[in-house]
Amino acid sequence: MTREAEELNRRLLRARDAMDRAYPEPLNVRAVAAVAHISQAHFIRTFRSVFGETPHRYLQRRRVERSMFLLRETDRSVTDICFDVGFTSRGTFVRTFKEIVGETPSEYRAGHEPIDAPHCFQMWATRPVRSSSFGDAPARAAP
Amino acid sequence: MINKLAAMSVKVLDLDEALDFYVNKLGLEVGKDVKQGTYRWLTVRVPGDPSTEIHLDQPGPPVQDEATADQLRELIAKGAMGGPVFEADDVRALYETLKARGVTDFTQEPNDNFYGTDMGVRDPFGNAIRILQPKLAGAAKA
Repeated sequence: MTREAEELNRRLLRARDAMDRAYPEPLNVRAVAAVAHISQAHFIRTFRSVFGETPHRYLQRRRVERSMFLLRETDRSVTDICFDVGFTSRGTFVRTFKEIVGETPSEYRAGHEPIDAPHCFQMWATRPVRSSSFGDAPARAAP
Repeated sequence: MINKLAAMSVKVLDLDEALDFYVNKLGLEVGKDVKQGTYRWLTVRVPGDPSTEIHLDQPGPPVQDEATADQLRELIAKGAMGGPVFEADDVRALYETLKARGVTDFTQEPNDNFYGTDMGVRDPFGNAIRILQPKLAGAAKA
């Protein structure tokens, strides 16, 4: 692997971290691409090549993981959680959540208690597994 | 019976850059720095705690062939290798110290949880480091 490829991976990781930190905000591909110092069009293609999914799909899994955390750990309403994690429509949130997790947010809450483990572990361990069936339909996913 | 963790490895892309980050930025101290031929055994450790050494391990010959080292470097740079978890007595103060030392790659600012306050930062190569300030005994959620 060339030094240039290592540096590109590192810059893309920095951009992905920026998405992780700002997950409730609308995805601004141009701004995130700027973190990686590459063009918007090149960013999406390269991100997918390095991380195996589009930035949009990555962000969607991040938001759903956060919503799962909030459903388990808090008493906030499903609607509040929907907006907390960056969705702008409860209907889209519930539909997307069920598509990814296999049950509605309310069903998930009823069946899961808080996890006695560090935050970082929960973030990694409960991130929905990638599948080919979600995340690449922008009209149904993130706002 | 195993009774102690003596050393663990963190894969890095450059030993001198790693040394600068882990010692001058993060605040660890040098443990061992020994050269044998082309191989350099370099460790850092928590100041005042010589019981556990962190081996800064740069992939490549003679331990790995170049093709394997290439794969490892790719994984390191995309943040797929994980990293150490430290404890600190004041995570928020440490966060300010790290920022003052020029550290910018925070994955998480200090955040309060039931088990304590933690934060995340990446080393210059992409390894994720967690730093935890545990809640005092008796104060943690059951």
